[in-house]
Amino acid sequence: MTNSTVQPSRSRDLDKLLLRPGNLVGPTFEPGLGLREDLKEYVKVLVVGAGGLGCELLKDLALSGFRELEVIDMDRIEVSNLNRQFLFRLEDVGKPKAEVAAKRVMERVSGVNIVPHFGRIEDKELDFYSKFSIIALGLDSIEARSYINAVACSFLEYDSDDNPQEETVKPMVDGGTEGFKGHARVIMPGTTPCFECTIWLFPPQVKFPLCTLAETPRTAAHCIEYAHLIKWDEVHSGKAFDPDDPEHMKWVYNEAVKRAELFGIPGVTYSLTQGVVKNIIPAIASTNAIISAACTLETLKIASGCSKTLSNYLTLPVKPRNFDGLRELCVAFLKYNGAEGLHTKVTEFVKDKDCLVCGPGVLVELETSVTLEKFISLLEEHPKLQLLKASISHRGKNLYMQAPPVLEEMTRSNLSLALFDLMGKISKDVVHATGTIIESDKKTSCLRKLLVVFKGADGVADMDTAGGA
Amino acid sequence: MDHNLNPTELVLRPQRALDGEDMIRLFKVKEKQRELAENANGGAPVKKQSAGELRLHKDICELNLPKSCTITFPNGKDDLMNFEVSIRPDDGYYLGGTFLFSFQVSPIYPHEAPKVKCKTKVYHPNIDLEGNVCLNILREDWKPVLNINTIIYGLYHLFTEPNYEDPLNHDAAAVLRDNPKIFETNVRRAMAGGYVGQNFFPRCM
Repeated sequence: MTNSTVQPSRSRDLDKLLLRPGNLVGPTFEPGLGLREDLKEYVKVLVVGAGGLGCELLKDLALSGFRELEVIDMDRIEVSNLNRQFLFRLEDVGKPKAEVAAKRVMERVSGVNIVPHFGRIEDKELDFYSKFSIIALGLDSIEARSYINAVACSFLEYDSDDNPQEETVKPMVDGGTEGFKGHARVIMPGTTPCFECTIWLFPPQVKFPLCTLAETPRTAAHCIEYAHLIKWDEVHSGKAFDPDDPEHMKWVYNEAVKRAELFGIPGVTYSLTQGVVKNIIPAIASTNAIISAACTLETLKIASGCSKTLSNYLTLPVKPRNFDGLRELCVAFLKYNGAEGLHTKVTEFVKDKDCLVCGPGVLVELETSVTLEKFISLLEEHPKLQLLKASISHRGKNLYMQAPPVLEEMTRSNLSLALFDLMGKISKDVVHATGTIIESDKKTSCLRKLLVVFKGADGVADMDTAGGA
Repeated sequence: MDHNLNPTELVLRPQRALDGEDMIRLFKVKEKQRELAENANGGAPVKKQSAGELRLHKDICELNLPKSCTITFPNGKDDLMNFEVSIRPDDGYYLGGTFLFSFQVSPIYPHEAPKVKCKTKVYHPNIDLEGNVCLNILREDWKPVLNINTIIYGLYHLFTEPNYEDPLNHDAAAVLRDNPKIFETNVRRAMAGGYVGQNFFPRCM
């Protein structure tokens, strides 16, 4: 009984999107109750990260009609999370974030099924990621985004006209916040720019010159970085600093205080020490909520077609350094800037057609008998490549390196071997080649993605041995 | 719920989802296929190389080092992300010495500069006794357009032109500034294996 009265009200707002036609819907959008059921039945969403954004995302997705959710996070709950990571309570401190977050949302939202994964994203098989319809990212690091992006793009295949094959597209919705600033973006690998196409959007980390730290500190941050980067090594020779070890952090804090006293610099606190060392900017719950809402809406739009998706980067008042340059390049991202009033902006970035991660690569068809040496010479003649003196790598293995001499010597013996065997007898795979191209009489070094297809090798592929890299 | 959807009803039209249309039909098809494939041989392809690794591959291929510098890969040919460079300055105070640097490159290279440490204990105004190096392009002036070659030349330059204005070893910098003759003697003594002040330097010639 309770269910039948609760259900309609919970989906009331959702129904406005899913049950009614509209002007902005996708051409094949068919409003109706079936769509609501299909969202539950067929759409699996992975939430990467169960922190500030992840908590919001799980709650929002669960309340937006998605039923099959999974969440992965490697962290345990800390006291300092509790102000904004609202799914966690004091008694949860020390427990895995993913597990507690999943449990809390399932308790509050009936019918939703959330599978938690406590661990590193790098430790999951590609198979794990392939089963999701959409991946939503609530992360705070470039490394992790770059990794998930590479995984999602690795499913992508192109047809013979270099158009992405729809069934291989793994959409991603990426959120990020920093204080009052935030962004939400939609990544459709092969169509919109992938993370790697626009990695330059991220401003470089501020790094102080070491000699400033050592000789002429002027700010509290200088004193902290001195303790962290210079003093630590001096005292603990060989022992690596662990930012997640509170003892280490306290040591750095105490040293920074001494340093600050010596130079008469105010402002060193424990939380500033954590902030500087771990590069943390205070998180604001409202920013997370706004960005998460935008991400969830995009996820719903991608899945249901109830509206055009964000095209493709929304920012909440973020001011990238080269803002004007960006404007010219862009067509759409959402931005929100809470500090100077609410301002959101959507910018359409364009994809880098030669992107090594999401680009199609140049197709090279070969017989299985072709040796690596022959392959390298074929690249020189290939009309789309004309790549001279190429060095070849495949799945992290360097098959042949033209230079430096030490690597050339180590890889030379591969030259006479069949490329098909060197690649683990896979009928089709990506290799990367660095070589020289000559453009208007000028030599330039160039790194290209190649899609190597072996003719008549279908069925020979032995994926088990291929995975041995 | 109808679990017996006829797959032929779910005809895929190329480009559909890519124009911002609904992907739910596609997810349906994939979900069906996945269930069918569940028991089949599901060997996973391995991970891709990180973008940083790919860019580093290019950097390593196009290295153009002075004769006095050599690069080695302690973990073998497939780990380019950790390597060592030895520098034998052929001019200046440090002529005749050999100095080893370790490089640690992050998966988001070149967004982030490599971490470089000097493994040879050296009496040098811009390198401290723990091996920290004060070279602007390793920290505040790093740009993704720079590369490994630039850094190696930068390190080489530190030996031919040590600079007392950016000191990491305060004492060495002061001696270089105030009395280059004594600085030269100190460098020779350190490189030959001996004490400068309280600090012992192993031989590196």
